[in-house]
Amino acid sequence: MRYLPLVLANLGRHKRRTFLTAVSVALALFLFASLRTVVTTIAAGAQFGSARRLVVTNATGIVFPLPIAYAGRLRTLPGVQAVSWANWFGGRYGDGKRFFATFAVDPASYLAMYPEIQLPPDQREAFLRERTSAIVGKRLLDVFGWRLGQDVTIQGTIFGGDWTFTIRGVYTPSDRVINDDMLIFRHDYFDERIQRAGIVGWYILQIDTPDNAAGIAKLVDDQFRNSSAATKTGTEQAFNASFATMWGNVSLLMNTIGMAVVFAILLVTANAMMMSARERTGEVAVLKTIGFSDRRLFGLVMLEAGVITLAGAVLGLGGAKLLYRATNFNGAGFLPGFDVSGPTLALGGVIALLLMLASGVVPAVRAARLPVVQALRHVE
Amino acid sequence: MALVQIRDVYKSFQRDTQRIDVFTGLSLDVAQGSFTALMGPSGSGKSTLLNLIAGLDRPTSGTVQVAGAAVHAMTAGQLAAWRARHIGFVFQQLNLLPVLTAYQNVELPLLLTRLSKPQREERVRVALGVVGLDDRIHHYPRQLSGGQEQRVAIARAIVADPTLILLDEPTGQLDAKSSQEVLALLRRLNGEFGKTIVIVTHDAHAAEQAKTVLHLEKGVLIERAAAVGS
Repeated sequence: MRYLPLVLANLGRHKRRTFLTAVSVALALFLFASLRTVVTTIAAGAQFGSARRLVVTNATGIVFPLPIAYAGRLRTLPGVQAVSWANWFGGRYGDGKRFFATFAVDPASYLAMYPEIQLPPDQREAFLRERTSAIVGKRLLDVFGWRLGQDVTIQGTIFGGDWTFTIRGVYTPSDRVINDDMLIFRHDYFDERIQRAGIVGWYILQIDTPDNAAGIAKLVDDQFRNSSAATKTGTEQAFNASFATMWGNVSLLMNTIGMAVVFAILLVTANAMMMSARERTGEVAVLKTIGFSDRRLFGLVMLEAGVITLAGAVLGLGGAKLLYRATNFNGAGFLPGFDVSGPTLALGGVIALLLMLASGVVPAVRAARLPVVQALRHVE
Repeated sequence: MALVQIRDVYKSFQRDTQRIDVFTGLSLDVAQGSFTALMGPSGSGKSTLLNLIAGLDRPTSGTVQVAGAAVHAMTAGQLAAWRARHIGFVFQQLNLLPVLTAYQNVELPLLLTRLSKPQREERVRVALGVVGLDDRIHHYPRQLSGGQEQRVAIARAIVADPTLILLDEPTGQLDAKSSQEVLALLRRLNGEFGKTIVIVTHDAHAAEQAKTVLHLEKGVLIERAAAVGS
């Protein structure tokens, strides 16, 4: 601690350079944290899903529907405790620039099967009672400035025309991974309006125990193997993971960009540190003459690099954490639960440490090894 | 026994393909409590001799002993610790770190000791008081005159109470008045506080303040003369 004033004084010698170097480090770590969080958020979304829920889709692909008549047969299968269904709607509101997910669901069975979607009892009752009602996430309500009881008109993109819903509920997810940016309306209203009634996008089955998941999935698919719409059944987690794979190898892309940015900043920081050390050759000579050992001078230069990277790390990693938390960022609904995690902060800290070592070690070794007599020539 | 004992020292430098012999068998004693001036033309080896005594440079052969310690045989780490304890060094210019105040510059040698912050503060104030700059403790070097800068450098050289104070052309960049102040201060440190001082100078007037004047000519100690003022 007794050397801190000396280190801070040295860093204050070129305030603008020190500031810009710290900001460079902060920016690199902010980007790293952001890109890494994209990866972890997608991964968390892929991991989400109850082990007691199976998802049944059309074997040809999720864009192909299944008959609603399957519901009754699914209920009779051993191990299946409850059946619900949903359909992707694909609506847009206003100028359509703000994307959000819209689903038609069977309200009673869906809400029973997803306790994670939390709704006040009176709003739940209103949703179950009114055919043209809808529930929305709190974020979506705020984004468009909607209010409870308001009629909103959504333009259908897959199922055309104007669809007017009355907002009867505002849900709050109990898990951050669940999107609070959705509009959910009733499947019976959907079924009534579209030209091709009696279809669902996918079924969700509540099963008795996760141990039976594979057996029940096989039973379902065997049941409909020779039907007009064969099924593909899997765990909810696998279903969510299949969406994550639609992003492609995002992880590799994000990590590559993140590392490239960090490496570029490493060069900037190292250059700034070396310039700073070079300018002080004479002062290093004075310090050595006073009795500062090579090891101590090495430590002082490393401490300078440490202060810069620490400031950058606090600014960049802390800034990312606070900014995304404060703005409740969710990537326009594509990245629900976007939050810089503890492990990401820890990894960022490790990168900051490596950055400090890599940028500080060359000037530190140079200062430590500088022969006093040679350095004194800068003084004389 | 002399405080500084230099025996049969050879020192040579290699400049490109040319070998330059600075000392060829130099021997010298500096007594405890003495005030010695080293004079001589440029390139005669004055600064090299000072560097050898301070352990900043090593002889090619021969021995350098200061207060019984074999300076020539110490490792770099040992030398640093030894310098911190026994040597106060003042250069001709650029002595002070420009980003530190006078107080912080003087405090530097004490950072290497186990002294507490209050103890360090007391010592720094005393040292700055001795050189007459206790009213400039929070001034940066750029806010001080050349003479004041050198006095701060001298305060830094004496703050850890070293065995030996070495000065390399301390008045070389100063005007006459400032030179007088610095030389008067050195005389006081030697006379009043009993400090052993070795000063390298081109300035005959500065050398007159010393009790002993040594002349170096091409690395050879050719004359020993009592100073006029001694």
